[in-house]
Amino acid sequence: MSFRRLAPVDQQPAKFAFSDENRKLVDQWIAKYPPGRQRSAVIAALWTGQEQEGWVTKPMIEEVARILDMAVMRVLEVATFYTMFNLVPVGQYLVQVCTTTPCWLRGSDDVVAACKKHIAPGPGVTSADGKFSWMEVECLGACVNAPVLQIGKDYYEDLDGPATERIFEALRRGEAVTPGPQNGRHSSEPEGGALTLTDPKPYDGGYSRMPKDSSGDATDTEGKKPTPGASDREAPAQKPPGAAT
Amino acid sequence: MLPDRDRIFTNLYGLYSPWLDGARKRGAWDGTKQILERGIDAIIAEVKKSGLRGRGGAGFPTGLKWSFMPKEVKERPHYLVVNADESEPGTCKDRDIMRHDPHLLIEGCLIASFAMRAHACYIYIRGEFIREREALQRAVDEAYAANLIGKDNIHGWPFDCYVHHGAGAYICGEETALLESLEGKKGQPRLKPPFPANAGVYGCPTTVNNVETIAMVPDIIRRGADWFAGIGKPNNTGTKVFCISGHVNKPCNVEEAMSIPLRELIETHAGGVRGGWDNLLGVIPGGSSMPVLSKELADDILMDFDSLVKAKSGLGTAAVIVMDKSTDIIKAFARLAYFYKHESCGQCTPCREGCGWMWRVITRMGKGDATMEEIDLLQDVTKQIEGHTICAFGEGASWPVQGFLRHFRPEIEKRIREHGGRHSAPMTPLAAE
Repeated sequence: MSFRRLAPVDQQPAKFAFSDENRKLVDQWIAKYPPGRQRSAVIAALWTGQEQEGWVTKPMIEEVARILDMAVMRVLEVATFYTMFNLVPVGQYLVQVCTTTPCWLRGSDDVVAACKKHIAPGPGVTSADGKFSWMEVECLGACVNAPVLQIGKDYYEDLDGPATERIFEALRRGEAVTPGPQNGRHSSEPEGGALTLTDPKPYDGGYSRMPKDSSGDATDTEGKKPTPGASDREAPAQKPPGAAT
Repeated sequence: MLPDRDRIFTNLYGLYSPWLDGARKRGAWDGTKQILERGIDAIIAEVKKSGLRGRGGAGFPTGLKWSFMPKEVKERPHYLVVNADESEPGTCKDRDIMRHDPHLLIEGCLIASFAMRAHACYIYIRGEFIREREALQRAVDEAYAANLIGKDNIHGWPFDCYVHHGAGAYICGEETALLESLEGKKGQPRLKPPFPANAGVYGCPTTVNNVETIAMVPDIIRRGADWFAGIGKPNNTGTKVFCISGHVNKPCNVEEAMSIPLRELIETHAGGVRGGWDNLLGVIPGGSSMPVLSKELADDILMDFDSLVKAKSGLGTAAVIVMDKSTDIIKAFARLAYFYKHESCGQCTPCREGCGWMWRVITRMGKGDATMEEIDLLQDVTKQIEGHTICAFGEGASWPVQGFLRHFRPEIEKRIREHGGRHSAPMTPLAAE
């Protein structure tokens, strides 16, 4: 587990209040849950607070506890358990680099090196211009586009060292960077273009249609039968486990 | 290759509009009312007949899971909870479904909720997926606006769908930890029994299903259980979204038939292993919690639940992580061990202390700074964790290490010999940091 503490007292602001707009947002979240279950909105409320202030402060935790009618301790537990809550101030651009094995295999070390070069030698330190800070995070769940990093709401994918540096330089100049794959891919299709989903029929009427006979009994609807050969492929004989080595 | 006409996720890559008009063209929301009119028993029977097994990792038969819900609603309402806390290293399939084909998921939520007599559904999406959450919320809003869902919708089953989010905790993908988190607590798994079907979220009967499972249901019923069951092999039916990452020429997500040979999957869709098939060192076939396969096993393994269990691994989430011969395999597993150390919820001592211990020992092994006895000790520690925890995280953290030792023990021994064994201070029996 990860050990997380609130920022020291001298860093904590004196008070916290949600903006009117954010307070409405919190109320919208509370309305999603049954009456008396407003506590379910605690993650959303803390997240809304963090979006407003940049990090989770002690007065914020107390305010959320008051709004949701929870013990302060219970909100503190949530704030320290979930690692997306920043318990100390971070840069305007918080760069979260995924370094878990799938990203590491594809070269996340180069992305980390770019962070060290452009932002700060170590994680959790704000850059000299106060704009950036970086940290290593666990799997971001975009592994076929590895290596990836997250800044704010967006993922930047298919990175290498130079591409990462270009993103930082552009953000530093105040320019917009297009999120997503940085190597010309659209999303998770193989590089160079999708090899599947090239048949136009699914987009022009589709195979997935209800048979006209609403009982769902056998009709000769094309899409209801698997294509011959979809299942009876030639399968190589399997070796018993352990026989290989 | 699976023909496009047998694919369910026809907008997997987001090349077309994910929104209601585009989704309708691809067949979503077609005849949903007729599906509901067939009745609960007929829907569950159809899902059972299709052989659909849960796509979130455990592979439990979906129709059977639904049938565990109480047969009548008493004072406690029923809930469907969709597990969209996709965090298993290697896995990124639900992300594509939520951002590119969200209407299949929402339609599936309606049908599944109906089949378990629930009028409300919560979709728990991981905190990092902010854009995906926005896309899903937009699709939910569209469905409300078109009166496809809501209190008085055109399908005649009052149904509310809520999008909820987490804030960065892998353990919340465990179903009872997810329910705790949904209730506004730390995501620490519950002891079972009671199972969620009896006492889930807010103490009410609940079923937790994966995104991919739920999103497959409408198409299975529209096209018939026989269509779905005709793909793949008996007991391992249908299609599956595979995520191929690591040392392949073209990493990608692809929907393929269950039971496709691993080699065919990698060579057809991902451009083959970097440097050719013979450059393969090992493959993790089902997300990081599943034991690694050696090249010899990977040569002719089929990608389905039963074949992989026979090879002492598992299909898990069908996230294929490929490692070629340039990989420092000890470092790769040290990094995975760090993942489990970081993500342990800290509730059970064997897991909290053991995961950190395993990480530190494997890290030292990577430098050769270990003794031969410690390899056996490591194996022993995995057995001390496995089966001694409240949830399956203990297994998830132990199995990859066991698979690593089973197939790559000579690598560790070689590293220790080259380094000349242990040089640092004797190991202290201290477990915690």
